[in-house]
Amino acid sequence: MSKDEEHTHAHSLLPSEPALRVRAIETLLVDKGLVDPKAMEAIIEAYSNDIGPQNGARVVARAWVDPDYRSRLMDDATAAIAELGFSGMQGEHMVAVENTDAVHNIVVCTLCSCYPWPVLGLPPAWYKSTEYRARAVRDPRGVLSDFGVTLPAETETRVWDSTAEIRYLVIPQRPAGTDDLSEDELAALVTRDSMIGTGLVFAPGGA
Amino acid sequence: MRPPAEPERQFAEPWHAELFAATHALAAAGAFAWPEWAAAFGDALARADAAGGPKDSSDYYDVWLSAFEAFLIERGLADDDSLSGLKAAWTEAYLSTPHGEPVSLSE
Repeated sequence: MSKDEEHTHAHSLLPSEPALRVRAIETLLVDKGLVDPKAMEAIIEAYSNDIGPQNGARVVARAWVDPDYRSRLMDDATAAIAELGFSGMQGEHMVAVENTDAVHNIVVCTLCSCYPWPVLGLPPAWYKSTEYRARAVRDPRGVLSDFGVTLPAETETRVWDSTAEIRYLVIPQRPAGTDDLSEDELAALVTRDSMIGTGLVFAPGGA
Repeated sequence: MRPPAEPERQFAEPWHAELFAATHALAAAGAFAWPEWAAAFGDALARADAAGGPKDSSDYYDVWLSAFEAFLIERGLADDDSLSGLKAAWTEAYLSTPHGEPVSLSE
């Protein structure tokens, strides 16, 4: 080992500049008693492991198999989603929008990246990109085409612009040929993109 | 803009998770209302975009960090001197702690 390597490895690896700035913020907020470090850990833990599109998939599958649940979901999505144990940290109001043969829904946040966190986890990079935020509203069919989704010409596309107060969850269409599947099996078919509106749900083995 | 070929990690960097959690924890503790922060962050993203920033959201958490620092200072929840002092203290702690030992701020 050369002298230089010895020096490099003598002390702990210095985190990146932004990482140190975040550490400074955390230390200050905790020292001031403004945030509980345990609350922060719980949030990181939940978003790393428990909260993701699998939650939204359970909501969609339940809506597919249980017409009463579907009615409650369309009527008051915040309450219906909370029934399954999912709720937001900031009391976001959830709205479910349902795809049909006549209407295809797409969700965007033109302002920043408002997203239905409790049911989908964190947004993918493309959802946060300037291009998606600008183009989803202007050219939804072009965006869908980028994602490999082609809709019949007569299907209307509706674009929903999320805000800090209102978050949208797309309820994709249940694919044909899935009558025999259980709720869990159906949930496994539901993708993140299908709940943003940039994807469709397909029956297993089909396409 | 293409669908990713492989699943994305929830957080690309540990500090993204820490920043996300600090912001949410502070809002949940009642220090501000989430829409106030969303508006400030939205403005910062628009400014970054107008200034020719990347269009692929690779600067998303960098913009979040700068906007959150400014937001905290504007609200009187933090001040520039304390933040730079703590950053310097953490840097010193990392540089003076032998590799493999836990790094902490000396009192």
